[in-house]
Amino acid sequence: MPPVGLNISLTAIMPEIFITGLAFAVLVLDFFLSKKSKFILGYLTAAGLLVLLPGVLVSIDAQPAFGGTVIADRFAAFFDIIFIVAGILTTLISIDYLKKENIQRGEFYYIILFAILGMMVLASSYDLLTVYVGLELMALSFYILVAQRYQDIRSVEGALKYFILGALSSGIMLYGLSFAFGFGGSTNLNEIAQHALGDRARNPFLLLAILLISGGFAFKLALFPFHLWAPDAYEGAPTPVAALLSVGSKAAAFAVFLRIFIVALPEYQSEWSKLLWLLSAATMLFGTVVAIAQSNIIRMMAYSSIAHAGIILIGMLVSDQTGVSGMLYYLLVYTFMNIGVFAVVTLVVKSDGKGENIRDYSGLGTRQPLLAFFMALYLLALAGVPPTAGFAAKFFILASAIEAEYYWLATIGVLATAVALFFYAKVIFYMFMREPEGSLEMTATGLAGKTVLLITAAGTVIPGIYPAPFMEMAVKAIQPLLK
Amino acid sequence: MTTTGAIANIPILSLITFLPSVGALLILFFVKKQWEDGLRWSALVISLATFLLSLYLPLTFDASTPEFQWVEKAFWIERFGIHYFLGVDGISLLLVLLTTFVTVICVLASWTDITIKLKPYMALFLVVETGVLGVFMSLDLFLFYVFWEIVLIPMVFIIGVWGGVRRLYSAIKFFLFTFTGSLFMLLGILALYFFHGKLTGHYTFDATILFKNPPSPQIQRWIFLAFFLGFAVKIPMFPLHTWLPDAHTEAPTAGSIFLAAVLLKLGTYGFVRYSLPLLPNASMYFAPLMIALSILAILYGACVTIAQKDMKKLVAYSSVSHMGFVMLGIFVFNPEGLKGGLLQMINHGISTGALFLLVGMIYERTHQRMIEDYSGLVRVMPVYAIFFLVVALSSMGMPVTNGFIGELYVLIGAFKAHWFYAIPVVIGVLLGTVYLMWMFQRVFLGEVAVQRQNSIKDLGRRELLAVVPILIIIFWIGLYPKPLLQVTDASLNNLVKIVEENSQKSLAHK
Repeated sequence: MPPVGLNISLTAIMPEIFITGLAFAVLVLDFFLSKKSKFILGYLTAAGLLVLLPGVLVSIDAQPAFGGTVIADRFAAFFDIIFIVAGILTTLISIDYLKKENIQRGEFYYIILFAILGMMVLASSYDLLTVYVGLELMALSFYILVAQRYQDIRSVEGALKYFILGALSSGIMLYGLSFAFGFGGSTNLNEIAQHALGDRARNPFLLLAILLISGGFAFKLALFPFHLWAPDAYEGAPTPVAALLSVGSKAAAFAVFLRIFIVALPEYQSEWSKLLWLLSAATMLFGTVVAIAQSNIIRMMAYSSIAHAGIILIGMLVSDQTGVSGMLYYLLVYTFMNIGVFAVVTLVVKSDGKGENIRDYSGLGTRQPLLAFFMALYLLALAGVPPTAGFAAKFFILASAIEAEYYWLATIGVLATAVALFFYAKVIFYMFMREPEGSLEMTATGLAGKTVLLITAAGTVIPGIYPAPFMEMAVKAIQPLLK
Repeated sequence: MTTTGAIANIPILSLITFLPSVGALLILFFVKKQWEDGLRWSALVISLATFLLSLYLPLTFDASTPEFQWVEKAFWIERFGIHYFLGVDGISLLLVLLTTFVTVICVLASWTDITIKLKPYMALFLVVETGVLGVFMSLDLFLFYVFWEIVLIPMVFIIGVWGGVRRLYSAIKFFLFTFTGSLFMLLGILALYFFHGKLTGHYTFDATILFKNPPSPQIQRWIFLAFFLGFAVKIPMFPLHTWLPDAHTEAPTAGSIFLAAVLLKLGTYGFVRYSLPLLPNASMYFAPLMIALSILAILYGACVTIAQKDMKKLVAYSSVSHMGFVMLGIFVFNPEGLKGGLLQMINHGISTGALFLLVGMIYERTHQRMIEDYSGLVRVMPVYAIFFLVVALSSMGMPVTNGFIGELYVLIGAFKAHWFYAIPVVIGVLLGTVYLMWMFQRVFLGEVAVQRQNSIKDLGRRELLAVVPILIIIFWIGLYPKPLLQVTDASLNNLVKIVEENSQKSLAHK
């Protein structure tokens, strides 16, 4: 592509501008609200994001804007929808949670908005610099969010670990990006691709760049062996933040990971796919096996999300139409089912840590049948049982692996799925087949909580029974990437 | 593809399949939890309606053609060539009828047996029925897999929530075994899909198209092994059978009946419907292994059964042996063996289902399952004893009962393949006589041991209603099996032909 003109197109970054404005509005309004009425900010945030949802679609523009630094293509829009939906759901479950935990602070909401802004910048970035800016904005917001429960030592510990390892990984990634710039000749993804084209003799420094960038993203995605921060950060974070962390930041990292490797470095696919093969296989096995041993449900979900990242990675290393569209579909439905689980945990958990142990869920089926039913639905979806969307997602990913003749990886994926069933089913068995232990009195589920449960359940079931339109959406979204 | 019947445009198969699920939803939303009789009656009405609706199939079935009938086909996910595709032929027709029939019996068997959480129980049971019917009717491998898994979850709950003392352990074991097996089957399905696509350029999960072009023999073997893991766990075949005694023993009576009568057939049906025609060379390649495993299952299963002290466990282990007969019949590759295998599936469903039903009835009265706790029951419950005897005789293959016809066909098929295969069949039948008659002798004959037994009532009206239809079927198949055999003839002969042709075809594009 010839060097693009400046192409200053405000529509391309309209969602980003809107969300910045919304964040500042929340920030200003925060000064005028008493502690009791901070919940208004939560509803404002959710409503603002809801308004933005159609706006994302309007801003679609296939041309890179601002001198080729950002692009608001369908791919970016698909991910923006994931972030916004995740943001709405997280905000809604936060409102009751913050009241329960007595964290009545306005900054919680606008930092969530900044985290989502970071994700959106990431998804639409078309230049290494924009990538880094988005990444840091997202990461810094999350460091603060994880520490929001700072009366609890675990929250501080988790935030600190996340911060130190996150900073380290950013450094590694920046080092890799600098190699990509130095030997790719540009920070623009497209120009790096032009530069690498026809490069039969492998440039060792670009290979080094691939290694370092993969390492950096492996931290962000919590792939084995770079996963160490994840369980602690999830456990320490306020539960809704853990939900956003597990879906939003993961989707954002995958979006830009895909964009860099597929747009800028497709020439090196045979190399990076080998690297990702190893990461994927190790992550799937490690995540599922370690999750079995967990007795804390949030830590279990952390390892589960590690394992899911490993499976999603299969689609990326295959990087054909089936694989990448499968990834997008997976990330979309994973948003619903994972936030669903965290929503139930948020409703059950008490500020003294009760409700975090899997044992606390015994007899939930008798005490709160509806809540337990939803939880079982989400867990079965995560385990990949049809006719939920979790099955269709796993199916598309495995199909791409078989299509590209990665038989061993597909077998490992299947084994990991079988092992994973064990710990998901464990929670279900505790809920329905055991008598209640102790007295964990239940708080009634508020309207916001009920809404979240219903939306996530719909998002877990409908794309499973009728996956075609969602799959077509994903296929359309990746068309600008795969040429 | 032919459509038969005057009302061919009414989706009769979808109606039959989804009627129970719709009924389950109605029960969940419109019947009050406290109104227990209402729950029972509505479940009975729904299952009975499904059964009556399914009777439409044999009445309009065209036995002269091996084609699938009442076909319904529409795209589900067009990009992947996935269809909503239902159809029934001579092989699946009997199994569909068996399923709808057994569900009615199961609802009757749960009448007083289930006392807690009746509402979700009935709803789950009807959902399982939908799943099983879907498996028997679907002709698209993706749809088949989806229904296959739909069966699993409600069944796990039925065992785990309403089961006996060790229900949790049994439910987890059942869940893990079958889910792991079926995941490998999914891999096999995907491999088949892509190999077929690469071979012909036509990517589809439509089984009727996949039947026409099997992949090369080398690839078939891997796919066969993947399918084997999925199907063999369900049957269950010899080394993978360990979940069965636990699940059958701990499940509530109706759960055991349904497991034995219908769920085990899913595996053998999978072999007949998919493994044989899709992977003919691999099926022949692995046939000696499969036959060896079947023989092992027949003999090992029977020997273990003899040693059982728990009546329910005894019946459970006898399934391992009986399903060995079915597998042997399938893998000798002749019409007689296949016919015997198919018939034996039905017979096992009826006889073993009836045995579980009868054991459940006595358990409900005394809450004892150990053989040693009973003696001389014939004096206390004469009607029950007669029924038990008839069912036991049919299970061991006594002439005039259904078991005889099935075992005879398997024996003929096995003998035709190799005289040696007939030996374990005969020994298996003999051992079957040993364990069933010995149990009968210990439980029903002799002195009335425990005084308390005197107060036990004989069968009530509802119980008779559940048992008598089974007895009628036992004698009907035993005396006049011709309609059943006729129904399956065309399809089975065609199957044997397809296996022959396909094995040649895939050798060609090696």
